[in-house]
Amino acid sequence: MNAQNNAKTMRQDIAKRAADELGEGEVINLGVGIPTLIPEYLGDKHVFLHSENGLLGTGPAPEDGEINPDLINASKQPVTELPGSAIFDSALSFAMIRGGHVDTAVIGALQVDQTGELANWAVPGKDILGVGGAMDLVAGVQKVILTMTHTSKSGEAKIVESLTYPSSGYRKADVLITEKAVFTFKDNQMYLVEVADGVTVEEIGKTTAASFVVAL
Amino acid sequence: MASKKEISLKDISKYIKDGDQVLVGGFGLSGCPLTIVDEIAKTDVKDLTIVSNNLGEPQKGLGKLLDNGQIKKAIGSYFTTHRGAVNAWNEGWLEIELLPQGTMAEGIRAAGAGIPAFYTPTGAGTKLSDNKEVREFDGKEYVLEKSIPGDVALIRAHKADEYGNLVYRKTQENFNTAMAMAGKIVIAEVDEIVPIGELNPEEIKTQHLFVDYLVKTRYEIEGGTFVERTK
Repeated sequence: MNAQNNAKTMRQDIAKRAADELGEGEVINLGVGIPTLIPEYLGDKHVFLHSENGLLGTGPAPEDGEINPDLINASKQPVTELPGSAIFDSALSFAMIRGGHVDTAVIGALQVDQTGELANWAVPGKDILGVGGAMDLVAGVQKVILTMTHTSKSGEAKIVESLTYPSSGYRKADVLITEKAVFTFKDNQMYLVEVADGVTVEEIGKTTAASFVVAL
Repeated sequence: MASKKEISLKDISKYIKDGDQVLVGGFGLSGCPLTIVDEIAKTDVKDLTIVSNNLGEPQKGLGKLLDNGQIKKAIGSYFTTHRGAVNAWNEGWLEIELLPQGTMAEGIRAAGAGIPAFYTPTGAGTKLSDNKEVREFDGKEYVLEKSIPGDVALIRAHKADEYGNLVYRKTQENFNTAMAMAGKIVIAEVDEIVPIGELNPEEIKTQHLFVDYLVKTRYEIEGGTFVERTK
């Protein structure tokens, strides 16, 4: 990863690193934004992509002219179904999520605190009119991987001591991947486990408004 | 034999009255009963509480009812796809109850399964559990959520048989089966009604005892989107 890259490369780098976290054969739910780039970086690794609206085995976007508006993912984009895929209703789909049957969710976050508690559905002072499946995923899946840029566009820290944005629930994230670093969370403590090429621990410290243990 | 459950589009308005809580299937426009919604948009029925994941798009699906001012309250999980919903909420004439999507799906299913309320881990420790009962089980907090019944459920499927058994096209099912279970009156919009015995029993997703009436859709898929037939 190179921290000097532009925003697009930054997002691709994050997605590429997140792809490495996924295990062969896992059932994965990908949130909107950066996580949607992950399939490009899976290589030979085979995973099952779960879409909240009722599809396990989601395939890539269809060719033009092959679009079926009744075959969509949770972002309402047209998709395809891979051989071996299964289709089901919303209540069953969320039973899979809430019941702990989905291995991993890779989701974006607006803010995360040093214990791993995250905020990913509402911005303070703005209309709170959409939550979708964010809280169900946080509450239910076996492993939560967060992908986000290390700081906001204006350079503000998004990794903080305690959340100022509305929480997505008690459940803590397991892994946080930014363009600068990879953190893990255990027993309410944050560990810096990896830094990107050319990034120093000092730089991570300056752009992170939370305390962490260096465990490189 | 034609289906005893089939009704004409004009009959739909008989089953929906002012102030009803109406469950409307669909995830975006997929699985949304567009023809039925269009018919309601032609009537002056008002003060509806609409339970649906979102409120369609401007002048598409439920967006039509919103733009007509027929909706008093919306219960769902994602309303930011229709700017009109956000504006109506800001202007104060649309009440919105936001639910996590899985809580909404389970709430509807529970209503149809005879369960008045249930505890879920989703939303515990968030603003969406404000003013809701929270209870601890084995050291973990859960939120009490009430089930979500409907005076009417308006759903969409691919095919019905004459009894009202339903099958779906791809991811069209979404909330539709749960809504068929939870509605007192259930109207299903379908592409075609086939004779008894033509549907394979194993592929039926919504069983006929949940479905009261059938109407044929006026929409077809063309160029990757839903298009209203001209005749």
